[in-house]
Amino acid sequence: MRAPTGPAGARIVSLGHYQPARVVTNEELSRRVDTSDEWIRDRVGIASRRIAEPEESLADMAVAAGDKALAASGLGPSDIDLVIVATCTAISSLPNTAGQVAARLGMDAPGAFDLNTACSGFAYGLANANHAILAGAATNALVIGVEKLSDWVDWDDRSTCIIFADGAGAAVVSASDEPGIGPVVWGSDGEKGPAIRIETRDGKIIQEGQAVFRWATTALAPIALEACRRAGVDPTELAAFVPHQANIRIIDAIARKLGAPDAVVAHDIVESGNTSAASIPLALSKMVERGEVPSGAPVLLLGFGGGLTYAGQVVTCP
Amino acid sequence: MSTRDEIRTGLAEILEEIADVKPDDVADEKSFQDDLDVDSLSMVEVVVAAEERFGVKIPDDDVQNLRTVGDAVSYIEKGQA
Repeated sequence: MRAPTGPAGARIVSLGHYQPARVVTNEELSRRVDTSDEWIRDRVGIASRRIAEPEESLADMAVAAGDKALAASGLGPSDIDLVIVATCTAISSLPNTAGQVAARLGMDAPGAFDLNTACSGFAYGLANANHAILAGAATNALVIGVEKLSDWVDWDDRSTCIIFADGAGAAVVSASDEPGIGPVVWGSDGEKGPAIRIETRDGKIIQEGQAVFRWATTALAPIALEACRRAGVDPTELAAFVPHQANIRIIDAIARKLGAPDAVVAHDIVESGNTSAASIPLALSKMVERGEVPSGAPVLLLGFGGGLTYAGQVVTCP
Repeated sequence: MSTRDEIRTGLAEILEEIADVKPDDVADEKSFQDDLDVDSLSMVEVVVAAEERFGVKIPDDDVQNLRTVGDAVSYIEKGQA
């Protein structure tokens, strides 16, 4: 039997994102639950978030983001031979979302799977795409992080309804001569899993905020540093740091410990809320669109959250 | 092992760094939340820093019982014993 063989590397060639049109402000939420703009900005860092309309589906948002990334790549739908959709908010698990997205984008029978590691999903998906390309199992992959958390939020729970939001981000990943996606550092802590959970099939999201906050502010900086070390990139060389947009205080605590003085730190949470698996590609796509990160510069991605799971890797900015 | 005064001084340094609390305001009877304006998330950061500094474990379930500076000093003192 032959072992799989592939190219020397893979890289992100393009990005795309989609956010629902409806903006929900803190002020609007404070009319429904006992909270305030000041409290939310101070504890979580969110000023407003985007919430999808009831009829706007997870697949709709994934297709919108995927279509933009595909258009920016210069590739056609039939060039894509692998689609990975990272999400934890699918209303139905069968058929999977990736297959629907591939069909709606007019692709020609690509490999297609969904992946659920909640908020770290995009980083896991990107690693899987990288590995598939390096093994010769795919040439051009579309990786999408998408969530419709509004379907799962208890809108009367002031500890969670102020945090979670909807959106999608996508990346086209292609084979390349030089590696543009570094080695992934991934792992999990299942004993702490119940700290973020949906208890039953039609249940609502519950989060033990302090326990998650403690884990995130202590366990993740070493993972971020290890991802840099394995990629052979010193944190001082990073042009951007794009962690999962969970909470602005978690983002800033990890950034402080990372020691990357020249890195633009993603703060998309302010206007987008916490969109779980969508937050990293959404933030990165917007940063690139605004011209904040030069093409070819090293960027550290760090996904973490439900599971509890985490994954981080250094990538070259498209 | 640290004395109560050493623990209180150490806590004051941590509180100043994490939550901009003036060291002179830190006294046993002061409530973290009501007097020093340390919210629940800052409290987690303070606790983590205190664990490292004093070599004690302060589980999340116990953090909510640490209402005042004095509560925290006593908890750390016992934890070191």
